Amino acid sequence: MEISGKAVIFGDDVNTDVIIPSKYLTSLDPEELAKHAMEGIDPNFAEKAKGGVILVAGKNFGCGSSREQAPIALKYAGVKCVLADFFARIFYRNAINIGLPVLESPGVSKEVDEGDMLTVDLEEGKIVNATKNKVIDALRLPDFILEILKDEGLINHLKKKIGGKRS
Amino acid sequence: MNIAEKILARASGREEVKPGEIVQPKVDMAMVNEITGPLAIQAFKKIGVPKVWDNSRIVLIQDHQVPADTVKSAELHRIMRQFAEEQEIKFLYDVGLGGVCHQIMVEKGHALPGDLIVGADSHTCTYGALGAFATGIGSTEMAAVFAMGEIWLRVPSTIRINATGSFKKHVTPKDLILYVIGKIGAAGATYKAVEFTGSTISHISISGRMTLCNMTVEMGAKTGLINPDEETFNYVKSRARRPFRALKSDPDAKYEKTLEVDVDRLEPQIACPHSVDNVKPVKSVEGTEINQAFLGSCTNGRLEDLKAAAEILKGKKISRGVRMIVTPASQEVYLQALKNGFLEIFVKAGALVTNPTCGACFGGHMGLLAPGEVCVSSSNRNFVGRMGSPEAEIYLASPVTVAASALAGKIVDPVAYLEE
Repeated sequence: MEISGKAVIFGDDVNTDVIIPSKYLTSLDPEELAKHAMEGIDPNFAEKAKGGVILVAGKNFGCGSSREQAPIALKYAGVKCVLADFFARIFYRNAINIGLPVLESPGVSKEVDEGDMLTVDLEEGKIVNATKNKVIDALRLPDFILEILKDEGLINHLKKKIGGKRS
Repeated sequence: MNIAEKILARASGREEVKPGEIVQPKVDMAMVNEITGPLAIQAFKKIGVPKVWDNSRIVLIQDHQVPADTVKSAELHRIMRQFAEEQEIKFLYDVGLGGVCHQIMVEKGHALPGDLIVGADSHTCTYGALGAFATGIGSTEMAAVFAMGEIWLRVPSTIRINATGSFKKHVTPKDLILYVIGKIGAAGATYKAVEFTGSTISHISISGRMTLCNMTVEMGAKTGLINPDEETFNYVKSRARRPFRALKSDPDAKYEKTLEVDVDRLEPQIACPHSVDNVKPVKSVEGTEINQAFLGSCTNGRLEDLKAAAEILKGKKISRGVRMIVTPASQEVYLQALKNGFLEIFVKAGALVTNPTCGACFGGHMGLLAPGEVCVSSSNRNFVGRMGSPEAEIYLASPVTVAASALAGKIVDPVAYLEE
């Protein structure tokens, strides 16, 4: 799986309350959530992400609450993949489960600037920064997680796996 | 093995597990609230399995937007009720019958020693107070648990917090956990378990132990745990809804590292804007003027917390210009606080007592802050915009510090202020 796009940069400890503020959590509509993605720190983000971007962050991205609305808002706003030095664990699992690729790459936040053109190879665990002509190593995802992402999330993955067997 | 490893081994049907291994344990209990539940229910319906794996092991709790503040919230509540009916789930704690989800799980005997529990809420780690391995997950993952009754987890390495000594007067378990978070950092325990040991811990009530475990997620932890003891067994004796098998760390258990804390010397602590690890002694921010004081949440909304605040507020008036909101964590806490006269003390002091809810703590349907306002809160997060305006400031402290500051109209160190 290869993913390409321009980088949008955020810092350390970006929490789920700023990714999608609590007041929008009563909505079950992904498009509505997407309009408010990152509103807590960058009210123009939804506009910026349109057409597809790769989000690059520092350490502990997605810390805070368990709200799955956070990765949903990012995905539907146009984020194709999130790269970070490391992630908060619930966000990390949620992103994979809804089919938003996430990749840990310690130090990535220092290797990429806003607007750099990136290509992410999930199978290889490599990031190519075409703008800086650099290859950045990432921690390769385990095979079973890659399978979930290939199936575009846990629900499709489970459907395939159990095929209604447990009824 | 330590307690976290033992529970994961037991739940995975294994003799032994080691940090770093990925295991596929069976879940003892699964909990959702109305913010995370409806998404899980939608996802569950897409899987195509007609029935949940075990309807006696699922708990549905309405707590974030109660009573319903908008039609949208009312719809979320209805989705939860309909699911309970369709799946014949007995444990639905509807408006007026429960309270804040984590308080309910412990108080109503759904969380028990030795359990593996998943909850679609980050503060699920609270149940470690009883010696359970409890961790927060998202909605889609919960849908898979509803269908299969199991989950994949990486066995975490464990950081041990060894606390010795006794709390000084007006210093509480909240001050201890804030101090620890300040030392470990907001990401210092990411992917890890945190185990609390030492003589201080055995003298802390279940309520205080819940405060400790509750905030381990603010260091990124997967779970926080305390080995069950007599205090634990006395607490769960009359509450347990099913048999359980308590587990404890072996004397030779392994830890990634140990942080020693001398509680004899601990001063009241406060987490300053805008991160939970920006922890300082309360003394260093004394005099900061406040607009709101909040007492409540899954961190500090229990009877013990309300009692501590009531003792300070008894016969006094909250400072002019400060509004104080008191939110008991459950109907049971509310009733006990009513019977004990605490609610009367709050009302007479000029505080607003609300129904049990997550409302003010997570900036939901009430208790919001205007731009430029400052709140001192007994809750768990002080992120930008958490309680309303992104231009407001939140300080996190103990119920004692919150009550004393409400009287003073500014942040005060309760030890100095109350003993004057």
